[in-house]
Amino acid sequence: MAYNPQLNAHGELQHLLTIEGLPRDIIVRILDTAHSFLSVTEREIKKVPLLRGKAVFNLFFEPSTRTRTTFEIAAKRLSADVINLNVGASAQSKGETLLDTVANLSAMHADMFIVRHAQSGAAHLIARHVAPYIHVINAGDGRHAHPTQGLLDMFTIRHYKRDFTNLRVAIVGDVLHSRVARSQIHALTSLGVPEVRLIGPRTLLPTHVSELGVQVFNDMAKGLKDVDVVIMLRLQNERMNGALLPSAQEFFKYYGLTPEKLVGAKPDAIVMHPGPMNRGVEIESSVADGRQSVILPQVTFGIAVRMAVMSILAGNA
Amino acid sequence: MRMPDAETLLSQLAERMRPQVRADTALIGIHTGGVWLAERLHRMLGLKQPLGTIDVSFYRDDYESRGLHARVKPSDIPFEVADADVILVDDVLFTGRTIRAAINELFDYGRPQRIRLAALVDRGGRELPIAAQFLGAEIKIADTEQIELQKSADGRLSLVVNPMPVQERN
Repeated sequence: MAYNPQLNAHGELQHLLTIEGLPRDIIVRILDTAHSFLSVTEREIKKVPLLRGKAVFNLFFEPSTRTRTTFEIAAKRLSADVINLNVGASAQSKGETLLDTVANLSAMHADMFIVRHAQSGAAHLIARHVAPYIHVINAGDGRHAHPTQGLLDMFTIRHYKRDFTNLRVAIVGDVLHSRVARSQIHALTSLGVPEVRLIGPRTLLPTHVSELGVQVFNDMAKGLKDVDVVIMLRLQNERMNGALLPSAQEFFKYYGLTPEKLVGAKPDAIVMHPGPMNRGVEIESSVADGRQSVILPQVTFGIAVRMAVMSILAGNA
Repeated sequence: MRMPDAETLLSQLAERMRPQVRADTALIGIHTGGVWLAERLHRMLGLKQPLGTIDVSFYRDDYESRGLHARVKPSDIPFEVADADVILVDDVLFTGRTIRAAINELFDYGRPQRIRLAALVDRGGRELPIAAQFLGAEIKIADTEQIELQKSADGRLSLVVNPMPVQERN
C-alpha cells in the first residue's frame, strides 16, 4: 500500500487529515462508532471515560464557532481536558512559527491537536513533526479538506437514506473555495454513491473537477432533477465583491435553493448545509426551516462523529 | 474438554432466577453472547420491562493498551434505570472487568435500586470482587483457553473451547 501519513505501521488511523485516500473500511468504522455514540449523547449523563486524563488542544488559526465548539463538546463528552487556543490572536502575531507553537504546546503534554488553518496542508505539516503519541485532526485547512465535516455529512445521509449505493447527490454553490465540498466528494465516491453532481456557475467550479468522477451542471433545475440529497454550500461573503460573481442577489436568483427549485428533486430529498448559512443568499428561509431540512440534525450528528474520530485515534497509540 | 449443553444450562439458570425476579425486574444483556441469553431469559421468565442491551466498549479498562473495540454496538436501555431492579446477563464470567465496565455504564443512566448478575458459565480467574447471583455452571479450563458461546442459524446456543488469542492473556 502507498504511504499514507494518516495511518500507522499497522494500517490504523493515526491522524485524520483528509478523506482522500482514506480506506473505505475506516470511514465505515467511524460512522458505525458514531452511531453508538449517538445513544450516549441522548442519555442522562452524556459522558464516557475513554479520554480521561488526555489533553486535547483546539488549535484554531482561523476563526470558527461551530466547529471549535462541537470539537470541544465531543472531547468533553469523552472526559478529556480541552484547551482552546485562538492562535491567530497571540503567538503568530508575535512572529512565532507554526512548528514552534506546536512544539511549545507539545511540551505542555498535549495528546491531541485539533487544527484549523487558512493554509492548505497546515495539519499535514504538524502531523509530520509531532511526537508519535500525539494525534492530529484537521478541522479545516485552506481550500483543501475538512474531513470531520465530510464524515458527519455521510453520517447524516446514511441516517436518512440508509444505503449509499442507489443515491443521487447534488452539491450546490461555491465548490471552488470549498474544502467541505472536496471532503464530501471523496467520501461519497468512496462509499459507493453512483452519481455525484456539482451545481454552480462556471466561475465557482474548479476546472478539471470532472476528473473526480462527478457530473457538472451550470443549470440548477437540470442538476437538481430527481436527486435524493441536496447539499448547499456557504457562499463566502468575501467572494461576492470580487470578479467571480456579479452580486449576491444574482447568485440567489440562479443558485439559491427555493421551494420552487427543490420541487425538481425527489419528494423525499433531504436538504443539508454545513453552516453557517446565509439566508437569502444560497438558501431561502422557508427551505432552511422546512420539512426536508436536516441542517440542525447535522450539527447534533457532528458531535457523535467527532467523538468517534477522537476515540479511535486516541486508542491507536 | 467436553462442554456442557448450553441449552440445558440456560433452562437451569432460568429456573434459579424465577423465584428471585419481580414483575418489574429488568434484564440487560451484555454484547454479544449476553444479549442472546437475555433475549431467551426475558421470554422464559415472562418479564414485563423491555429488554436492555449494553456494549461496554466505551468503559473498558484496556482502551489505553488495546484501543477502541472495532465493532462497537449501541447500548440500548429502554426503561428508567433510576430505582430499577436490574439483572445483568453475560455468557462467561472470567476476570470481572466486563461486569465492572457494565456497572459503570449503567450508573450513567441513573441510580438503580439493585444490580444482580446472571452468567451462564463461571470459569474462575476473577481479578475484581465480583460474583454471580445466578449461575448455570462452573467450568475449569486452562489459562490459555477461552470459552465461547455460539448461536446457530436456528437460534440454538452452544459452548465451545478455543485457544485464547495471545493479546488477551495477561
